Amino acid sequence: MVDLTPQEWTAVALSLRIAVVSTLVALPFGIAIAYVLARKEFWGKTLLDALVHLPLVLPPVVTGYLLLITFGRRAPAGAFLADTFGIVFSFRWSGAALACGIMAFPLMVRAIRLSIEAVDRRLEEAGTTLGANPAWTFATITLPLMLPGVIAGMMLAFARALGEFGATITFVSNIPGETQTISAAIYTLTQVPGGDAAALQLVIVAVIISFAALVASEFLARRAAARLHGR
Amino acid sequence: MLSVSVTKKLGDFAIDAAFETAGVTALFGPSGSGKTSIINMIAGLLRPDAGRIVLDGETLFDATTRIDVKPWLRRIGTVFQEGRLFPHLSVRHNLDYGRWMSGLAADAKAFAHAAELLDIGHLLDRRPGKLSGGERQRIAVGRALLMQPRLLLLDEPLASLDAARKAEILPYLERLRDDSKLPMIYVSHDAGEVARIATRVVRIEDGRVTASGGAEVLATGS
Repeated sequence: MVDLTPQEWTAVALSLRIAVVSTLVALPFGIAIAYVLARKEFWGKTLLDALVHLPLVLPPVVTGYLLLITFGRRAPAGAFLADTFGIVFSFRWSGAALACGIMAFPLMVRAIRLSIEAVDRRLEEAGTTLGANPAWTFATITLPLMLPGVIAGMMLAFARALGEFGATITFVSNIPGETQTISAAIYTLTQVPGGDAAALQLVIVAVIISFAALVASEFLARRAAARLHGR
Repeated sequence: MLSVSVTKKLGDFAIDAAFETAGVTALFGPSGSGKTSIINMIAGLLRPDAGRIVLDGETLFDATTRIDVKPWLRRIGTVFQEGRLFPHLSVRHNLDYGRWMSGLAADAKAFAHAAELLDIGHLLDRRPGKLSGGERQRIAVGRALLMQPRLLLLDEPLASLDAARKAEILPYLERLRDDSKLPMIYVSHDAGEVARIATRVVRIEDGRVTASGGAEVLATGS
């Protein structure tokens, strides 16, 4: 049913790598920002909240363009990272991962924030009286109790990253083997005569990956919830 | 010995209480009289506006010298009204939590003794979600006990239980009192419970101490 060329397999593998890396790298930041938004009151909180949500409401091409003029090879942040740490984003798969991570970030933060708000703070108080300092309280009580939300947030981020198109193509272009993801490959195939059959195959692969991710996250979330409720 | 002298404004309600406790002391008074807030100030969960809290010569809180020992460093075991067991941990890990977080070495003898005293040995591999209210409260007592606290606070530990369950738990608390010699503060609005558990009584009404002394305090006042 699915008979892909090596170049198309590369696009599939690249999409998975970009989606996994962007989700995992975004996760600690997502948890930290969600925690701050759920629990802390500070000046500029509304601004931070708006900033986190910006990629959700901006046209993806605009986000991609903003990344280009910030992290491009000759842009200030891009040049600094390249010269100091040797990290280059422009026209690299890592740039695609950055674009995907930023596009997925608001969805991840929203899911995790809801789960933090649902944690019973009286349990954290109980942990405190038992000798747990704030870091241990978070690691042993808050984090396990918010796990279903963390899984949901990762799933949303992964799916968003897998489907990202506009910001990625604007920021790092559509280079086979480096930045050409499934979405970009499908788009390219639809632009050439006779590419429809190959495009359909990639569409099927995309559906299978998304479906598998959904089933896996549903399974994990159920197991995590069952653990919490003592079954 | 614990010496408490605190004031705290909570909206329209004001607490202004000074008392000393030794042995097993009850904070006795009607619901809404500020007993739980006072307990939370002793545990370090609520910050007094002013005053001093001193436990066995160590100042835990002093507004004038700005001493405020963090709750996780106070070593005061607390049993809450609703148990507050950790739902994601087994009973065994709930019991071990305080010891672990306080950096104490495993003590199989103390663990076995507490499990026997509270009759919870058969529940160790269960999860809190499957337990009855009475079992949960016994485990909450065991959890606080096993952190080897300097003082045990019991905040209406029976209030969420029905009469039959209360009658079931009270003997365990009496055994605990006679067995451990651990100083305790027992919060309750129920004169019958207090008479069975406590040797000293501090009566709290409307955020203030209105009487203190022996069991005779239960009979006086409103």
